[in-house]
Amino acid sequence: MNALKTYLLSGAVSLAAIGSAQAVEIEYWQYFFDARVTAMEQLIENFEAANPDITVNMTHFPYADYRTKVAAAIPAGEGPDVVQLFYGWLNDYVEAELIQPLPADTFDPARIDAEFFPMVQAMKDGDQYWALPTAVRSLALFYNERLFEEAGIESPPETLDELVEIAGQLTKRDGAGNITQVGITTGMNAQDHHWFREVLVRQMGGDPYENNYQTVNYNTDAGQAAAAFYTGLEAEHGVTAAGFMDEPQAAFKAGMAGMHIDGSFRIGALDKVRGLRWGVTELPANAEGMRSNYSSYWVNAITTKAEDERYDASVKFMEYVTSDEAMQIWLDVVGELPAKPSVGMTDANANHEVYGPFIRGLAYANTTIFANESAQRQVLMDMVQRVSIEDLPLTEALATAAEEEQVILDEYYAD
Amino acid sequence: MTATDIRPSSDTLLTTKAPVKRSYGQYIRWLLLFLGGIAMVMPIAWMISTSLKWPHEVYNLKLIPDEPTIENYTYVLEDGRFYGWFMNSIIIAVITTVSNILFDSLVGYTLCKFKFPGRYIIFIAILSTLMIPTEMLVIPWYIMSQNFGWLDTYWGIMFPGLMTAFGTFLMKQFFETVPDDFLEAARIDGLNELQIWWSVAMPLVKPALAALAIFVFLGNWTAFIWPLIVTNSPEMYTVPVGLSGFGDEADVAWELIMTGAAISTIPTLIVFIVFQRFIIRGVVMAGLKG
Amino acid sequence: MRLRQNLTIRQKHILWAWGLLALPVIFYVVIRFYPTGNAILLSFQNWNLLGDRTWAGAENYIKLWHDDVFWKVFRNTFVYLLLGTPISLVISFLIAFHLDRVRFMHGFIRMLYFLPFMTSAVAMAWVWRWFYQPVPVGIFNNILASFGIPQINFLNSTTNALPAVLAPAVWAGLGFQVIIFMAGLRAIPQSYYEAARIDGVSGFTILTQITIPLLKPTIIFITVFSSIGFLRIFDHVFNMTTNNPGGPLNSTKPLVLMIYDTAFNGFNMGYAAAQTVVLFTVLLCVSLLQLYLLRDR
Repeated sequence: MNALKTYLLSGAVSLAAIGSAQAVEIEYWQYFFDARVTAMEQLIENFEAANPDITVNMTHFPYADYRTKVAAAIPAGEGPDVVQLFYGWLNDYVEAELIQPLPADTFDPARIDAEFFPMVQAMKDGDQYWALPTAVRSLALFYNERLFEEAGIESPPETLDELVEIAGQLTKRDGAGNITQVGITTGMNAQDHHWFREVLVRQMGGDPYENNYQTVNYNTDAGQAAAAFYTGLEAEHGVTAAGFMDEPQAAFKAGMAGMHIDGSFRIGALDKVRGLRWGVTELPANAEGMRSNYSSYWVNAITTKAEDERYDASVKFMEYVTSDEAMQIWLDVVGELPAKPSVGMTDANANHEVYGPFIRGLAYANTTIFANESAQRQVLMDMVQRVSIEDLPLTEALATAAEEEQVILDEYYAD
Repeated sequence: MTATDIRPSSDTLLTTKAPVKRSYGQYIRWLLLFLGGIAMVMPIAWMISTSLKWPHEVYNLKLIPDEPTIENYTYVLEDGRFYGWFMNSIIIAVITTVSNILFDSLVGYTLCKFKFPGRYIIFIAILSTLMIPTEMLVIPWYIMSQNFGWLDTYWGIMFPGLMTAFGTFLMKQFFETVPDDFLEAARIDGLNELQIWWSVAMPLVKPALAALAIFVFLGNWTAFIWPLIVTNSPEMYTVPVGLSGFGDEADVAWELIMTGAAISTIPTLIVFIVFQRFIIRGVVMAGLKG
Repeated sequence: MRLRQNLTIRQKHILWAWGLLALPVIFYVVIRFYPTGNAILLSFQNWNLLGDRTWAGAENYIKLWHDDVFWKVFRNTFVYLLLGTPISLVISFLIAFHLDRVRFMHGFIRMLYFLPFMTSAVAMAWVWRWFYQPVPVGIFNNILASFGIPQINFLNSTTNALPAVLAPAVWAGLGFQVIIFMAGLRAIPQSYYEAARIDGVSGFTILTQITIPLLKPTIIFITVFSSIGFLRIFDHVFNMTTNNPGGPLNSTKPLVLMIYDTAFNGFNMGYAAAQTVVLFTVLLCVSLLQLYLLRDR
């Protein structure tokens, strides 16, 4: 019996040995984003040069439908070996046993805990990591330098009060009182829902969620103050208009908005707009100087489809795409921030004119754990519109939003 | 073709109309239709205008660009993959259109001109397939395609659309305008049912067939969600799936989307121009009491 | 051979019918009815697309019954139907009727009406959204302003948004309905008109006594088909309200958008399937009712 076992085992080992000597092909999927595709091509090239027996085939799909595509393909066993997923989707993939944990010998959890930005720990379950990001992203305040000069404004706002004041100076109206240039763009549909949750509520002294993001906690004085500040930008100070120029980033691109809160992924798009001179600064602090930020990230994970030599190759590939070298390449090509402070917080990166504000923001960023991001975003969009369109008192609208979001969370965590 | 004769073309008919009446009303009618038509295409004018703009001018919503450019067209057309997508779309749209013209009219004809038990049930059952949104069928189709090995193939992209309830219903309604006497006469002449359908009934519903062809071609030309799900390799993409790459997470390049939209309207326009001739000519079947 | 000869004409007829229908019936059963049955089954289950399906009983339907958004969406869907179908029917008939009588640049004018139907819905929705903007950007409001009419909040309003979203849908579909009507008009034998003209019947009588009755199969088709289209409206709403799908405050959300959102944002496939079954039932009832009311008496 023992002899047989040994025989079989040795057979398996020699088979594995043959396998690793042969060429292995693995599939990698991500969504389409010009710079990300370019960066990944570069990473794959470097990786293949170091591992001549492994070939990585990358396929990318349109961003808007990427989630559906992945969700259709992976359970059917048609997906890739290594896949890029949004951090918020990971739970579902772990529960459905569609991805495999990263081996602890190569991806030592203690080391990852120590080396990566703390929010990455959301990818850990027990004592193993399920997925890791190459890069993370955060928010910052973009501003139009030409409009600032025109209005004689020296420097971008440091605090929320300054934000309101400067936005006032940047707002323009025509003779009939119609707004023709907004001081700051607003739109819960864009990045503002993150700004509200993780930044404004915290700056007003609150904590947007409790119980590991399973309990809504912004129907409080702090939440009230945050919502009042946010809706006040339009209702009270008149420095913005919701839906102005169709969407916030369009208004900023068109040079018809003084300031605009957005994520680091917008940098490339703004760079392409000829004639737009813009700067970027950290999100404004509150009166006490307290800052906050929202961070999110895409991770890479190994699917259960990867077996044997393809699994080994996938582990190697994962190791490379989460290496310091890969992170720096990703920053240089995509403009997304390295997931390790040791790479991100170098003097050169942290003081970088464009990346600096985002990277510094990471130090005090929080990551919302969403059950259904689009539904939770919708709740806040509805809150603002209940006030602006239906004239509901803000307290009531806020309470409704908190209730609605709690229902979404309860339903998700009930299973 | 028995029992038919040439109907006067609508042109001669109109000229034989009382000329006095024609002058005023006819001019006003023409003018109103023309102005309405111009109003209809205004949004399209903006689409073309945007496709001729540089990115920085896109949000300046003038109809006439300050610095018009064909850069966007060269960008889209220079992307080598575009021709592949274009050919894929053409192949799929053409095959599907032919299939629909044959099968939809065959089924429509059978349901209209044959009296047999169960025909109403079949008609309603086929019609009911219009009542499920495609989005809900995509996942079962995907699993089906996977089992049969159809993923990432032309057949996989086109199989769901080879017959449509829409076309069946359309053809059934138009076969109702074909008098039964015609078919009976052909039967007496010794044609079998398939021959009657093909050589007697089909020519009489050419306008509807033309409308069907335009509709099916267009529907397949613009189909997005299913081709996206069923294809994996960029070589198999259709034009809409390929063009959707011009919008990404951070930046929707509207000038490129407008360019792609303008380019991909051209084949449908050609199909329309080719097939609308059949609608103009009308059908040759006068001299019979219906 | 003998068997065939012994068949009555009627039996041969039936045999032919089923022979011609055999292949299409197989196609519909496999490609359409099977997935539909699957959706019905799924409506009694919970499934997030990734994991296993679990039985849920009537849970999804009970949830639907108590879902305020669903009832709002249900109402919206019928508003789309009740506004969209008659408006597009009347306008397209008027255009087709008059276009049929125009010869100068006939093909060109017809193409103008048909062009919107051929153009990408995504691209067009973007243009329409700009048209609807407040002054100084939006064309519509600029036109209103030049007549001294106060500006209208088209999209950012719970009352105006639905008609504002419906307009491009009607606009885009018009050309196709015109074509179908034209095809129908051309299918009416000219001999009827000649006879009427010889009898000296007025134009209005010709319209009501000859054209419309003979156009009935076409009218039935367009009514039923456009009703199904408006009850299934999705693309136009989704593209028009892309920054806030179905908004503001769900005032433009149709059932299919809710289904899409539940399935591919919430990944609650069972709940989406339950909504689909409701949509299916509604569509079937409306279509059958229309076919019954418009049947030949």
